[in-house]
Amino acid sequence: MSEFLNMGGYAAYVWPSYGLAAILLWLNWYLPKRQHQQLLRQLRRRNDKGE
Amino acid sequence: MNRLSLTQAFIFLLKRDLTLVFRNRGELANPLLFFVLVITLFPLAIGAEPELLSRIAPGIIWVAALLAAMLSLDGIFRSDFEDGSLEQLLLSAHPMPVLVLAKVCAHWLVTGLPLLIIAPVLAEMLGMVEEAQPILMLTILIATPVLSLIGSIGVALTIGLRKGGIILSLLVLPLYVPVLIFAASAIESSAMGLNASAQISMLLAFLFLAASLSPWATAAALKMSMS
Amino acid sequence: MFLWFHKFGSPPHFYRIAGKWIPWLAAIFAIFLISGLYGGLVLAPADYQQGDSYRIIFIHVPAAWMSLFIYVAMAFCGVVIMVWRMKLAEVVLICSAPIGASFTFLALATGSLWGKPMWGTWWVWDARLTSELILLFLYLGVIGLHSAIDDKRIASRAVAILAIVGVVNIPIIHYSVEWWQTLHQGPTVTKFDKPSIHWSMLLPLLLMALAFQVYYVLALFQSCRAELLRRERNSKWVDELSRSQ
Repeated sequence: MSEFLNMGGYAAYVWPSYGLAAILLWLNWYLPKRQHQQLLRQLRRRNDKGE
Repeated sequence: MNRLSLTQAFIFLLKRDLTLVFRNRGELANPLLFFVLVITLFPLAIGAEPELLSRIAPGIIWVAALLAAMLSLDGIFRSDFEDGSLEQLLLSAHPMPVLVLAKVCAHWLVTGLPLLIIAPVLAEMLGMVEEAQPILMLTILIATPVLSLIGSIGVALTIGLRKGGIILSLLVLPLYVPVLIFAASAIESSAMGLNASAQISMLLAFLFLAASLSPWATAAALKMSMS
Repeated sequence: MFLWFHKFGSPPHFYRIAGKWIPWLAAIFAIFLISGLYGGLVLAPADYQQGDSYRIIFIHVPAAWMSLFIYVAMAFCGVVIMVWRMKLAEVVLICSAPIGASFTFLALATGSLWGKPMWGTWWVWDARLTSELILLFLYLGVIGLHSAIDDKRIASRAVAILAIVGVVNIPIIHYSVEWWQTLHQGPTVTKFDKPSIHWSMLLPLLLMALAFQVYYVLALFQSCRAELLRRERNSKWVDELSRSQ
């Protein structure tokens, strides 16, 4: 297991690469999703005010 | 105004733009001065060691030419945009790409061509070898029109924007990179005594590609910017 | 056939369909991702020359492929926008840009992380890295131009032109830089210039590539739904939608 984490001594290069990928992929999904939910909330509020 | 043929319209627009520029003769000198100033900065920054300077001279001159071209781009459409002439041109019966070509020609004659005159002087000051100087002139002759043509697309896209200038650089520089690479490389090759015909051919190819395609893109961008 | 095309291009229809597809896409993405990661990190053997550091390839290469693919997709949208003025194409173009830029940045960063142990330096003016860097600028230009223009329908046409011009330039940039790089022969030779790659490494690579592809569609659908709501917020279908929830 520790051998796996060590990546033959290259851990400092390999894991940040995968980590960066994970962060970027998560952001590109999460940020639009959050905007979407915010927009829906805004629209609903606008409806309530309109009524 | 009588009906003009397409050629007559082209020449008319070209002459008009040149006349307008010459009325503000002071403005003419600006891109040229900038070009000289930027080149002067390099020896000051890297140290005046002759061998180093002569080796990087092609690169310096071309980067400076690129920056000078970018600075002058705004002038292609700015005054016409502000006084409404641009809209009139768009409404005219003549195809916009041809009119665009006329304006870009005028721009190049005013900003690119002068570089041709001053470049040998600067090349000498940087210690560029004698053999390379004709190729230097040739690259400037062929490639600066490409800079004007491609740059005009960027200007057309950003003409309506407030802070257009900053974004213009971001848009246009990636497109300029191939020109820079081949131009600098041509001069370097000839400085080493090698044949530069491959690079020159590529530059010519860029010129033909840009001259035939970019006016269309610029015209479309202008139409969109003015809507 | 035209009816299908028109229906597909209609924002409310797309909004609904995309919403339905998202969970399935997420599941397919997870499958490809997990199998790719397992194949690449666990099953594939260490490289003879590079040891375990080569495993960065399973991120680096698929990211680079996506960075190119997405730009071409944007250019395609650009043509659709200029010719047919399709609203959906406008949304797909601008929503693809940040995803494409992220993949480009990822390709560059993982390239550096791979390069440091291999060539001893964080950056090399390798043909591929350099033209990838310029591609990043092209993406940033699209994002910047779009955000600088207030009227989003005009902004879409502007970036459509930019995407089309840029895509023509991508091969030119790539070959120019490659040409320039072979002239100033650097100390580097990219390992994967070799045409053959062992299947135990190729398979996870392809799985990761597929995973990234599915991810693109997933993230795109998510982003497009939000963007459609924003653009069409004063339209009838959005109104009905917000009431029904």
